[in-house]
Amino acid sequence: MESFVIGLTIFVLAIFVGFEVITKVPPTLHTPLMSGSNAISGITLIGAMISAGSQHTMLTTILGFSAVVFATINVVGGFMVTNRMLKMFQKKDR
Amino acid sequence: MSATFINLAYLLASVLFIFGLKGLTHPRTAVRGNLMGALGMLIAVLVTLFNKQIISFELIIAGIVVGGAIGMVLAIRIQMTAMPQLVALFNGFGGGASALVAGAALAESGAIGAASMTQMLIATAASGIIGAVTFWGSLVAFGKLQEVITSGAVLFPGQKAINILLAATAIFFGVMVILNPDVMLWYWLTVAAASLLGILLVIPIGGADMPVVISLLNSYSGLAAAATGFVLGNNVLIISGSLVGASGLILTNIMCKAMNRSLTNVLFGVLGPSEDSAVDDIYEGRIKSTSADEIAMLFDTARRVTIVPGYGMAVSQAQHAVRDLTNLLESRGITVEFGIHPVAGRMPGHMNVLLAEANIPYEKLKEMDEVNSNIEQTDVALVIGANDVVNPVAKTDPKSPIAGMPIIDVDKARTTVVIKRSLSPGFAGIPNPLFAADNTLMFFSDGKKAFTDLVAAVKES
Repeated sequence: MESFVIGLTIFVLAIFVGFEVITKVPPTLHTPLMSGSNAISGITLIGAMISAGSQHTMLTTILGFSAVVFATINVVGGFMVTNRMLKMFQKKDR
Repeated sequence: MSATFINLAYLLASVLFIFGLKGLTHPRTAVRGNLMGALGMLIAVLVTLFNKQIISFELIIAGIVVGGAIGMVLAIRIQMTAMPQLVALFNGFGGGASALVAGAALAESGAIGAASMTQMLIATAASGIIGAVTFWGSLVAFGKLQEVITSGAVLFPGQKAINILLAATAIFFGVMVILNPDVMLWYWLTVAAASLLGILLVIPIGGADMPVVISLLNSYSGLAAAATGFVLGNNVLIISGSLVGASGLILTNIMCKAMNRSLTNVLFGVLGPSEDSAVDDIYEGRIKSTSADEIAMLFDTARRVTIVPGYGMAVSQAQHAVRDLTNLLESRGITVEFGIHPVAGRMPGHMNVLLAEANIPYEKLKEMDEVNSNIEQTDVALVIGANDVVNPVAKTDPKSPIAGMPIIDVDKARTTVVIKRSLSPGFAGIPNPLFAADNTLMFFSDGKKAFTDLVAAVKES
């Protein structure tokens, strides 16, 4: 129970941090914000890695492996496409 | 490597994510911000390899190689105009991964006979439901945006009742997961009900409401990751998930406000033509059609031009032609600005990305309020592929489906030129009196061709 309360505390505080930081993002960057934050939500990858690598049962391994593939598409694709978009915004800044 | 060290590394990753998002508050710092986020992810992944539970690396590496290759190819090859569907797709994969991880964790605790705590089981059910809704909802959104399936609203009787029933079923199965954690079947039934719900929730949503749905799914993908964090007792998942959840909610809220509609109304309400009979009365004999040469003459005396883009600009890939005209007009001393409505396009910021792709400096991209404050000094307002977001009916008719929606007041510019292929209505299905206004000229043409013709005409004059 204790660890759950700690988790919940972190969850609520992080939501506040998120609101504070993200309300300051200008509308012009809303698409990169979506794809970038989307890539961050791919953090579930680390849970997937543990499931794929711990080899408890066939089922957990298959689920873990599929999750690794899904999450990596999300992470790698998300950060790369965000980078591509943001560079377009930056090159006009000279 | 000790668990403490791994957790400290996760904390570092969380801090990098927050700094990364903070970087996105200005175009100058945004690239670095995104790289900081990516670095945080790299650190998190690398230290996870030292987790004691991991006894085999082959599958992890294989999965990362396969997923990384797919992600890389998609990210490099995607056209900027297709960005909304790509983001929808990535969202879906993130949500799907969370549901799979929660399922694996449940199966694992069953296999090793560990008694799961109730709060972990609640989180497992939540992750399964949110993750599955995100995955299937995003796939449907992708299909609609890519036009694999119809982009219009798919409606059938009893839709709302069926959705409520499905949501209740998913929650019921979720409760069964909590009561019988050893029976994996309940988890799969939960996921199945939530999957169907995800499909049915997005199917009735038409094209122009997509910005809201994509933002909402973005938020869900974060909440699914946070729920999975509770399942695994992993703080970096909880932190990142809640950051993304908050981000998606903010965007959803901005999009809803920009349409003056509630979230419930976007998700469950139906926009339809109010009175079609009025169309002829509004347009009859009042439409003035124009040509590229005529518009070029307008530019001869103009000092300030405002371009208002909409989804039509993306469809006709007109952004580069728009840039050419902008540069040409500026070389003749005309001030050119862009008026961007928050819901123009199919996702938040869609127009900005297209114009940035065409090398138009972001300083020229003005928000709605700023453009409206000096629209009366605008000599020529050029509307390309936008309709509902410039429809003055939003202000005049309280019964209209777009009543109260903030619009860009191009009707107040000295002359308004609307580039459009026909007089067909926009997404809201209502006629636009702007087209028949005294100071409006209609240039019937494809967006890209119109701008190419304009460039040629201005060069000649």
